[in-house]
Parts: sequence; structure tokens; C-alpha cells
Amino acid sequence: MKHIVVGAGPAGVVAAETLRKLQASADVTLIGDEPEAPYSRMALPYYLVKQIAEEGTHLRKGADHFAKHGITVKQDRVSAINRAQKQVSLASGEVLAYDKLLLATGSRPVAPPIPGMDLPGIFSCWTLADARNIAARAKPGAKVLLMGAGFIGCIILEALAQSGAELTVVEMEGRMVPRMMNDTAGNMIKDWCESRGVKVHTSTRVTGITKGTAHPLSAALSTGQQLEVDLIVSATGVRPNIGFLQGTGLETGQGILINRHMQTNDPNIFAAGDVAEGRDFSTGESSVQAIQPTATEHAQLAARNMVGQQGAIHRGSVNMNVLDTLGLISSSFGLWMGKPGGDSAELLNRDRFRYLNLQFDGEVLVGATSLGMTQHVGVLRGLIQTKTRLGKWKDRLLEDPTRLMEAYLGSTQAVGFNAALLK
Amino acid sequence: MLKALQLEPEKCTGCLQCEMACSYENEAVFNPSKSRIKVFNFHDEGRFAPYTCSQCSEAWCMHACPVEAIVINQQTGAKEVIEDVCVGCKVCTIACPFGTGNYNSDSGKVIKCDLCGGDPACATACPTGAITYVDADHTGLARMKAHAGQSIPKN
Amino acid sequence: MAWTRKILRVNLTAGTCTPEPLNMEWAALYLGQRGLATKYLAEEIDPKVDALSPGNKLIMATGPLTGTMASTGGRYSVITKSPLTGAIACSNSGGFIGNEMKMAGWDMIIFEGKSPKPVYLYLENEHAELCSAEHLWGKSVWETDHLLHNAHQDPQLRIACVGRSAEEGCLYAGVINDIHRAAGRSGVGTVMASKNLKAVAIRGTRGVGNVRDFKAFFKATQAAKAVLAGNPVTGEGLPKLGTQVLMNVINEVGAMPTRNMREVQFEGANRISAEAMLVPRESDGKPNLVTNAACFGCTIACGRISTIDPKHYTIANKPEYMGANGGLEYEAAWALGSDTGVDDLDALTYANFICNEDGFDPISFGATVAAAMELYEIGAITKETTGGIEMKFGSAEALTRSAELVAKGEGFGRELALGSKRLTEKYGHPDLSMTVKGQEFPAYDPRGIQGMGLTYATSNRGACHLRSYTVSSEILGVPVKTDPLTTDGKPELVKAFQDATAAVDSSGLCVFTTFAWTLEDIAPQVDAACEGGWSPEKMLEMGERIWNLERKFNMDAGLTAADDTLPKRLLKDAAKTGPAKGKVNELHKMLPHYYEIRGWTPEGVPTAETVSRLRL
Repeated sequence: MKHIVVGAGPAGVVAAETLRKLQASADVTLIGDEPEAPYSRMALPYYLVKQIAEEGTHLRKGADHFAKHGITVKQDRVSAINRAQKQVSLASGEVLAYDKLLLATGSRPVAPPIPGMDLPGIFSCWTLADARNIAARAKPGAKVLLMGAGFIGCIILEALAQSGAELTVVEMEGRMVPRMMNDTAGNMIKDWCESRGVKVHTSTRVTGITKGTAHPLSAALSTGQQLEVDLIVSATGVRPNIGFLQGTGLETGQGILINRHMQTNDPNIFAAGDVAEGRDFSTGESSVQAIQPTATEHAQLAARNMVGQQGAIHRGSVNMNVLDTLGLISSSFGLWMGKPGGDSAELLNRDRFRYLNLQFDGEVLVGATSLGMTQHVGVLRGLIQTKTRLGKWKDRLLEDPTRLMEAYLGSTQAVGFNAALLK
Repeated sequence: MLKALQLEPEKCTGCLQCEMACSYENEAVFNPSKSRIKVFNFHDEGRFAPYTCSQCSEAWCMHACPVEAIVINQQTGAKEVIEDVCVGCKVCTIACPFGTGNYNSDSGKVIKCDLCGGDPACATACPTGAITYVDADHTGLARMKAHAGQSIPKN
Repeated sequence: MAWTRKILRVNLTAGTCTPEPLNMEWAALYLGQRGLATKYLAEEIDPKVDALSPGNKLIMATGPLTGTMASTGGRYSVITKSPLTGAIACSNSGGFIGNEMKMAGWDMIIFEGKSPKPVYLYLENEHAELCSAEHLWGKSVWETDHLLHNAHQDPQLRIACVGRSAEEGCLYAGVINDIHRAAGRSGVGTVMASKNLKAVAIRGTRGVGNVRDFKAFFKATQAAKAVLAGNPVTGEGLPKLGTQVLMNVINEVGAMPTRNMREVQFEGANRISAEAMLVPRESDGKPNLVTNAACFGCTIACGRISTIDPKHYTIANKPEYMGANGGLEYEAAWALGSDTGVDDLDALTYANFICNEDGFDPISFGATVAAAMELYEIGAITKETTGGIEMKFGSAEALTRSAELVAKGEGFGRELALGSKRLTEKYGHPDLSMTVKGQEFPAYDPRGIQGMGLTYATSNRGACHLRSYTVSSEILGVPVKTDPLTTDGKPELVKAFQDATAAVDSSGLCVFTTFAWTLEDIAPQVDAACEGGWSPEKMLEMGERIWNLERKFNMDAGLTAADDTLPKRLLKDAAKTGPAKGKVNELHKMLPHYYEIRGWTPEGVPTAETVSRLRL
């Protein structure tokens, strides 16, 4: 068997390793287009603040990791897929044959359609190369504009603020992290950032960027304000890397459409991770989640299906995020926005930046949002994913959501030995 | 033969000796807030439940880690956090459906049970036998797993 | 080290929280908790001060072993001048607040002055903040606990607070922590409320480190735990039956104070005993006792968690009392039960819940109800006085109604809330108050246990069993058996127990360990944790120093040798039944010799030589 995995992010690496584990004799080739060892974008912010060196961002440690596991790594780019011949053509001209092909090409940042985005001094924070550029410029006292306060914007925000730069954030939605946090939580995060010296403009857009006078760049805001800065970091969103599939006949929507075996409309081609439009656990519909745990879940399932394990059916991934914004830790899970007709429990202390919101469908927890909670937060996922019937514990949670661990232990009777539950 | 921590809530009195032993073993300080094992108090019911990582075979935390900071100890089967490698992104803390990996804001790293390399301090410290370190196929463990399985509806 | 070497000084008048270093010279002499805080209090307040005035101070103090893995190492004490006795007050509690204070990095918190408005202290490690408690004032302990946990959204927050009884001026209100553990005696909660301080909410994540020699500490604490586990009282009796193990034992030896100490045996003892708590009820087939529970670090776990019979009259339509909660300990069971002649286990459990819910001492409360019952029976008070309560011995309804009234400071409860001394004086029968220095007796009749008479008479905080528990020796034979009915050797015994107990109370450990431990077990643990070479002899000498410091405080507060006495009933009216039948307490045979071996003048004042020997 010849397996080709395209994309050397977390999904690609986990899939390649799983393939190797499942089929000792198979050929496994991992193709990535960046000139680095496979690394984690999640780790870039920590590289930015010099908490870790470049190697610290690497998905796998040790230069010979992939060789040792018999995985061929190629730095190249897929230029064409010949489904009839079961071949991929690479930018280098090489042509590789496959039995099963996994597309894990991830996503790429989208630049907002405004004038001046091509000026020097404007970066995404997406690749290790971007991070190097930003790190070189975000010096203490430098004026930095961050466009976009979504999940990615916020993890960079932490790093930029820590680097000592004078930071302004512009977000077009009415709150921070709008796709992960409700109004209450998103605005509390904004208040928190502002109380720590970061200027945050929500419901504001950058309408254009020109060369500045006192500083290299000048950004015009929809509020009419003109902002002179040294550096602009753009984090206004990402989009799955599906451009190269044009003409292949592979079905795409927002991302590559896959069934519950992680299979595209070509039974020999699979997709996983940020590029794949997989099943969402909570809605049952397909969506691009673009989060680390989903990427690895996809990858493992895809690999199992690639070696013919028909039983490996994707039940759907729980959408979830965790964020550390200048020390304020927030998380959200599943249907954090709630389900029509479902009950909810909420506890809010604005002064202390504490927030817990639980969303139920009948007796089952379906979504949650937390601010300032660091202990045992994973049980929110556990309760959602196991669809645990909370019974009397639901009523207690409605009255006092802080009794979450009691509810979890009390209703699962788990006490540490329920590992088999989530298979 | 791999061994596992067997937790028997019905024997627990809530004294937290396990939390102190754990925090001392790992942090050289008596500090329940840094313990990898936690005892939960069901106040209205008079129940106590010691709770920690079961070193599950799915290893959700390990697979969710973006920088390979969680690895399996081949001797004990424990999933261990390599502190030097952990960047503190907390993804494992939301990925673990049992809630047993916790972020330590003082160190900026995640902490979880590592079975103390095969000699768990909590089990040694427990005065009532509520925490024991036993062969993984011990009947008590099987019983608890079966019990846990019953409470989850099939989806 | 084991000390954090830091004190938090909270000036409630000014609204300030200021850290300061612990006085290590004093720590070398007084170790911590009871001893060290008494030293601070004695240095900082005028002993003559009105206990409920802003001039009084209230100290919450841990010991060096608080927050370590020494068994029972979670204790803390509340030290202040008592409004009930006018003497030094030092009330000790377990639960989890002491260790949390230590984990947050503090050995002690000193509260001084009086806040203009109700406040609570929020303490998260180095962060100390006085927050408005106006929304908490008028709330019970349980409601306060719930509201604070929710406000801070932290299930691990540990809370000590006062209930409504304290706010309403009950003179024996305690400081309740963790829902049902109490620094219960002498009105320390009343002082806290008088300062407009509703609660202390603590979260500590710094931990306790710097044990002097961890290897030695681990060895000493493990060895000591083995001693507890192997001892029949601490290893078996207390975990299984709790302190209630004593109910039938003490009744049999004829030292069970009954019906305001008119009698020494209670015919209903077996219906309110530990054994009774294990019998399944008719209504739901469950026993009163749900489980035993430990305080922080305790390998004994004597705590009782109980439920009330769901069919019992006290909780009809009151779901808030139907869950499990802190159950009867021996002292509560005795005071609420045999002293009032009530043998209804569920009524006692309910009254105990109320004591926890609104923070008052079940011993003083039960004994005051007993005194009121006697006043009622002799006609000194009537239904008119009591607001319609038929205050008869044996009436469960009278007991539970009284508890509800004291809890909220309503009706006759306002009079019961002042204690039996003030109640009996008001109605012309001061001899019916079973108190020393104004504080009610605990559950051992000194006619049946002679040493306890001297214990009570000389106790620095008024009648108290926890100042020298000679019951250990006289009844249980620990460490050696002495005859409970003679006075021979009792002054020496009482002095030794008083000094050793003062040392234990200053370490962070629980005095219940001394059913099994002597200072030979305790000193190595302290010594491994702390600099200073803590031998058993040094511990004992420190205990003696503390005892004399407390004595000096009381003398300066205006107490005299005349206060070292017992109610007439115990000195004149002989026990009617049991092994002690015909006996009174022979205090006069013990007291002069006690003064002498204490190094005090015949007037009970420490001599100059004693003061200098003890470096006071």
C-alpha cells in the first residue's frame, strides 16, 4: 500500500504516524510545502515571546523522528491530482502514485479587501516565517495594530502585548472572539484587555492603509480615526486551502466535503483537519472547525479508514476552544450559544472576571462558556460528548453551576475509570 | 503487567492526605491546589470522591498536544507531561473529557498525574485504602469500569 | 521553617490590610496558633477592654504544622477577649480554613477596630481585600457560604463566617468554617460580628513549604500516623463512632451531667448515643449517620455526617435540612440531649444543624436551655417569659424551638442567647447556672470525674474540657489510669494536661490525637518542621508558659482566684446514682496544691519567680 499525506500540520503528521502504526509494511509519504520541520501554529505565540526556541514549535522532536518511523517527508507542493491514475504531481515535477491519498492542507489567512495591504510592515501571523518577521519588529514601545480579535488574533494579542509593544486591536464585530464567545464573555475579555493597557476597538474596521509620517504605516479606521503604527498584524480570518483542487472533481463547500469515513467523493481520497468540512458533533452538520483537537481526531479516523477499518465512523467533533488573553483564561464548548428551547445556567461576576454559562438540551449539557476557570474544565467536553443524562444534577447546576465536578462525578459515577466511554 | 490507580470513593473520608502527598512529590510543597489528584466533596450527600487521570488508552490529552509535550511512559503506561516542552496552550485541558489535566498558572504549564513513575505517593499516603495501586486487570477496576459504562446512553 | 513568617493585619476601622513579618522571637517562645496569638493579643490590647468594643482584637491563627501532611494538621484558632466570660478566648477549629490560610501564605490574621459597614475579607494569596458584606448581613452561615462561593465562582474557596445569632448579640456565637466546623466556644463569633466582619473567604495556592528537614518530617509524621491507626480509640472508636463513642461510657461511670446537672446519669443515653446513630430508621430505612468525615489532613476522621429522619416534625416542608450535614458530636449530643433531658435523636440533630446554620455553640446553648428548663420547673419563669414555650425537661419541641429563636435572635431566644449565667441571675437563681467564669460546662460531671472539677475551675477560658482532658487518664487510662473518684495526684495530672494541651493547641494539630499521642510523638513532628530544637520537654515548658500568659491576661482583665470555683450544686449536692453516688467534687482538696505546683501565690497569682522562669 502507498499512502500519501498532503500537508504537514498536526492532521498530516498524526495521520502519517497512525498509518505507520496500523500498517507496518505500507509506504507513507508526508508532503509539506514549508521549508521547516513540521511545526505547530498553536505554538507560534510562545515563540514570539521567546518562551520557546524554534524547535519548541516542532510537532515532533528529533531531526530523525520521521525517518525513524519510516515516514518519507518531502518539502514540495502538490500541483495536480490525477484521480484516474491515482497519482499526484508535485511542483518539483515529481509524480507519485498512491493507493490512498489524504488531503490535510490546512488553511491560510485571508487578507481583508482593503487598500494598502501590500505595504511592507503588514504581516499575518500564520507561518514560522511570519512569526520571525513579527518578532523582529514587535519591540518594546513599538506601535502595533492588530486587525481582528478572533481566536487567532487573540492568541497573538497575548504575545504582542507581552513583547512590550503598544498595542491597538481592531475588530469589526461587536465583541472580541465573536465566533467563540457570547456577548457577555466577549465583552468581558475586551474589558480585561483594556484594563491591561491594550486599546480595543470593536465594531470597527480598518478601511485602508497608507504610508505614515511619524511611523511607517497609517491605518484609517471606520470611526474616522487615523492610526500611525510601526507594524500591522492581520488576523482577519482563515480559509481552507482548496484552490489546488480546482478541476479535480472533488466536491468542496467551505472546505473539502467528507463523509463519516473521512472520505471525499473519491473513495481513495480522504481529508482531515482545517481543510476538511467534517461532521460537527453538536449540530450533526458538516463544518470547518479548524481546531487542534478536531484535526487530530480527523487524522486518526482518516488513517484508520485508509487502511480499511470500516468501523471507524466519525461521530462528529465537539467544537471547543481555550484562550489565554493576558492571563484571563476562557473556554467554550459545543453549542455555547445554546439550543432553542433549552435551559441555561449562568453565573456572572463582572468585577472579578468570572463567568460560567451552561447550555442544556433536556437533561443533557450541550454547550458551555467559561471565564477564569482553569481546573477540570475538560469535563465540559466530557459531559457534552457522552450526552450524559444529568438527572437531578441538572437542577442543581441550574441553581449553582459551580457544582460542575460534583455533577460530573455524580452523574457518570466515573471516578477515574470511565476511559472506555468515549470510544 | 501494568498497574493502575484504583479509587474507591466509598472508603474516602476527604482528608486530602493524597493531595498533600501528590503536591509534595511533584512541587516540593504541600499544596492541594497543585495536586494531580483531587478529592471532591458531595456535601449534601456526605460522599467524597478521589479523582485523577486514569491513563486512558485514548490519551486525548496526548493527541491534542500540538508540541508533543505529552508522552507515554513505557514502564508505567502513564501519559506524562514534559514540562520543558509544554508551552501552556491548554488545549489538552479542554480535550481531556475527564477534566484531569489542569493548567498551573504559576508555572504556565499543564499538570497531570504521572503515577509518580510507578510508586504513586497518593496511594502511599491514603490512610483508608481508598487509593491503591493495583494490577490493571484487578476485578475492582473492571467493576468500576462496568459501572461507569452503564450510566452512559449509547448514541 | 513551616511558618510562613507573615501576618496580615486588617484594620477594619480604616479599611486597610497590611502585611507584616511574624515576630520570630515570640514564635520561638510560643510556637504558633494558641500560644503565639495569645502573646500578640496580650501585647496589643488592654485586658480590661470591653470585649465587644472596637478596642478588642480578633486573631485567626494557624500553627506551624497547619497545612502540612502531619495527621490532623489543619487546625486554626480564633483568639480574642471573650464577651461571655471576660477572660481570654481561644477557640479551635478543624475543617479546611486553617490550611487554606497557610496555603495563601499567612500564619495569622489580626483584625482590629470596627468596620463602619458590614464587610468580608477576601484573601487570595497576597491579595487581601475588604469587600462589602451588606448583602450578607442577616444571612445564615449556610446562605453566606453559598453566596460567597457563587460570587467568586470558586468551589475551592474556603469560608469562615458568623451567622445571624452572632449579629444579634448571642454571647456564645462561634465562627463557623466549611459549613459545619466551628471555633465554637466563648463567643468568638460575637466579637467578629461586633466588628461588622461577616466572613473571611480564603483561597491559597502558594502552599506550605520549607519544612526544616523533610526526610525527618516524613518519617516522624508517618510513624505518628501509624500510632493513631493502631490505637483503639483513634484507629477504631473515633472513626467508627465519633466522639459519641463516649456517650454510653460516660453514662456508665456516672459522670453524664443530666437535667442541668441535677443528675449524673441519663436514662435516655442509649437513644442518643453513637450506637443509636447507626440504627436504621423506620421511615426510610437509613441510619442517622451517613459517613464519617475528616478535617484537613486528619487520618482519624471522627467527624459525623448525618441526616434527619425525613418524617421528623422538625423538618416537615423544610428541604434545606433534608440533606446530609454536620452531625452530632458527643458534646452537642450531651448538651442538647441529656442536659435538657431530651432523648429524641432527630430533634438533637436538627438543633445541631441550626447551631451550625446560624453559628452558635451547642454546649452553651444546650446548657442554657437546661437552666431555663429548671427555672421553668421551679416557677421562676413561665410561659409568659418564654413566649409560650413549655420549657419542660425532656421536651424536644422546647429545645428545637429555642434553637430557632436563638438562631435569629427572636423572642425568648434573645434571653437564652446571653447564656445561663445572665439568664439565671435575671430571674433570681444564679446558683442554677452551671458555669465557670460564665461559660457553660461540657459533658463530664466533676462529681464522677474529680480531676475534671479542677480542670473546669482553673480553665483559663471558663468551663471547658479541652483545656485539660483528664478524662483520658481517669476514665480511658491514657496515658495511665487514675481513679476518677479520688483527688489524689489530680493537681499534678491537671497541670500536666493543661501544659501539654496548650502546646498541642499551638502546633496546628488536633488535641484528639492525644488519645494516642503524647508529646513524645508530637515533638519530633514539630522539631522536623521547625527550627528551634523542639523536644517534648521544651514543648511542655512552652505549654506552661502559655498557661501562665493566659492566666496573667485574665488577672489583668480583673479575674481573681474567686473565679476558680464550681457551681454550688457540684460542690454540695452529691451524685444520686452510679459509681459516684454520694460524691461531690472536692475542689478544695485540689486547688491549693494546684496553685503551689503552678508556682502561684495562694491568691492564684503567678509569682515573680514563675514569671521570670517562664520568660513571660
